[in-house]
Amino acid sequence: MEKCCIINNMNKRADKMIIISKKEHKRSKGRYTAAFCFLLALLLFLMACNFGIGSISIPLRDVIDSLRGLEIEDTYENILWQIRMPRAIAAAVLGGALGLAGYLLQTFFHNPIAGPFVLGISSGSKLAVALVMVFLLGNRIRVGSGTMIVAAFIGAFLSMGFVLIMSGKVNSMSMLIVSGVMIGYICSAVTDLVVTFAQDADIVNLHNWSKGSFSGITWNNVAVMSVVVFLTTTVILWLAKPIGAYQMGEGYAASMGINLRRLRVMLVLLSSLLAACITAFAGPVSFVGIAVPHLVKQLFQTAKPIIMIPACFLGGGVFCLFCDLLARTLFAPTELSISTVTAIFGAPVVIIVMLRRKKERG
Amino acid sequence: MADYFFQTKQLTVGYQVLPVLKDVTIGLNKGEILTLIGPNGAGKSTLLKSIAKQLKPLGGSVYLEQQELAGLSGHELAKKMAVVFTDKLYTEMMTCEEVVASGRYPYTGRFGILSDEDRRIVEESMDMTCVSELKGKDYNKISDGQRQRVLLARALCQQPEIILLDEPTSYLDIRYKLEFLATLQRLAKEKQLSVIMSLHELDMAKRISDRILCIGRDGIERYGTPEEIFTEGYITELFNIRTGSFEDGSTDAELPKPIGEPEVFVLAGSGSGRETFRKLQRAGIAFAVGILYTHDLDYPVAQALAAQVIAVESAEAMGEAHYKEARQMIERCQHVIVCREKFAPWEKVNAGLYRYAETYREKNVEEWIDKQTGKNLKRGE
Repeated sequence: MEKCCIINNMNKRADKMIIISKKEHKRSKGRYTAAFCFLLALLLFLMACNFGIGSISIPLRDVIDSLRGLEIEDTYENILWQIRMPRAIAAAVLGGALGLAGYLLQTFFHNPIAGPFVLGISSGSKLAVALVMVFLLGNRIRVGSGTMIVAAFIGAFLSMGFVLIMSGKVNSMSMLIVSGVMIGYICSAVTDLVVTFAQDADIVNLHNWSKGSFSGITWNNVAVMSVVVFLTTTVILWLAKPIGAYQMGEGYAASMGINLRRLRVMLVLLSSLLAACITAFAGPVSFVGIAVPHLVKQLFQTAKPIIMIPACFLGGGVFCLFCDLLARTLFAPTELSISTVTAIFGAPVVIIVMLRRKKERG
Repeated sequence: MADYFFQTKQLTVGYQVLPVLKDVTIGLNKGEILTLIGPNGAGKSTLLKSIAKQLKPLGGSVYLEQQELAGLSGHELAKKMAVVFTDKLYTEMMTCEEVVASGRYPYTGRFGILSDEDRRIVEESMDMTCVSELKGKDYNKISDGQRQRVLLARALCQQPEIILLDEPTSYLDIRYKLEFLATLQRLAKEKQLSVIMSLHELDMAKRISDRILCIGRDGIERYGTPEEIFTEGYITELFNIRTGSFEDGSTDAELPKPIGEPEVFVLAGSGSGRETFRKLQRAGIAFAVGILYTHDLDYPVAQALAAQVIAVESAEAMGEAHYKEARQMIERCQHVIVCREKFAPWEKVNAGLYRYAETYREKNVEEWIDKQTGKNLKRGE
């Protein structure tokens, strides 16, 4: 402290500092690389588990052989390629989308427990999808992935709009969450009503879906969701810098010359799109959006968007693969709904976040 | 008005349609410091926010280098103007260095990756505000005063030509307050940085400012150099001070004077009495002071705290009339506190008073004050 503000020696000191700061920079870079490798390895490992483990287990060697294009037993081949692979890939992609949607919403609302499920966005899009499905199926029209996404997006967008109106009216963040949860309940109740009174046999599927599940996903679904999620993620990554500024506060972002209005609209659109994509294919999945960004932050020890965006994506994939594995195998042949499992692992994280926040404030 | 580096013309600011300040017309050269002073809620922050383009002006315009701010893109402006406002900053898991580095935003590329040059500027800025020691620390875990200095470093990192600050020194201790303002002053002179800031510390405002804008309850009241602003009694009027007093020359503030008739006469002068006056004020004992020249160091404090001051204009001589008045006062009080033993040749009157006061003199001042306080308390009951 004594040397402080002495201009002599300052240049020398500055040089030394740069060397130190470069070292620190390298250290954190090392940490990021290690963490990414860890997540990637975990993802591959869980992917392999998801391919192999189930009511009929497929030996790892057969999985690898099949992936290399070699012939394996027909039953194995069918189970692997028609059921487990699309399901596992969907779990990874949608999980990633969920993690990312959660991160965007937390950034947008400056609230660590915001997420598509908590804010009622998932439920809103669930309702829209249910209505569209019941209507179309009732009229004997097939429902394609595209229609589902569009319906889900409209639903997500409407409930996001409602949340935004509420956020303008209520100042406190906890009130915002409460209103989101309420909206979620209302939408879920209406969805249940619709599902209960719809009579078509196809709607049994709808019932399953409305509880949240990765089952019954086709390659066609996987292709559509991958394109949507990939494009959205690219755009988000492209916006990493302004998102980082926005994260520090709106005043700061404005002083850096960011067009706040445009960025806000982008954030709302992108997070609604991600949430819609998940709901369209897997129904509402709880807590992943809150838990993943938080866990990833702890792992990487940073909240920088340029790191967080890919990391949340990977983390979400890992989290969902893990949860889906449990959902499928824990009480096989009965399958748990995915939200049951994600809640068990995700909810404690939320509680920890809230406790820690209180401590920091107090 | 035409050649100012920064100027506003008939600027009207406020929220929605409700104007808070009307017709603000100011001009500032490069390297000058403009300070906004005025009571809480008068609109200092609103004006700063409007200049920073964070609030849309309701009328008029702001110019930087003859260019209208409204026509400047946010990105261009960010390279010229830095702000240190009081908004909450969300800095989850950010070190102070990262917070400072965030000031490089307008200069970095698409993904915000810092170059070596950026890093050098970050270091330099941290050095200038004495926060290099904090670089690795979590921004959320440092004190408010340290934060203010980190935020200044962040603003400097932006390499601005003009910097806006909203009460930047409110959490700083006196050492850092001085260092903070000295840094600003140095930057203003060396780098020709223009500074616009709001300050609540009037003493500092008077010393550092090239120009001062006074914002009162009903809008802009005065705009000019410190000498033009700090005229007798103006600050009291601007802030509508009702309790205590503010002395424009020394920028000293005093608590309200004790009420009632003087109970003791204080023989002071040459700065010997100020602390005694304040002691009596704390004890709540009303007092009279004499005989002071109006240029005496004791005079402003006596003026603020004493029930009665017997004073002589600096150009005049102390005479019989003053002596008589003082003697009467001593007789009325029956108690005298003597603050000085020696008198200059031209203070013969005071020397006489000293001899006269001997019989009434309280030798042990502390004890007497205690006794008197007790008496006053009893009387109060």
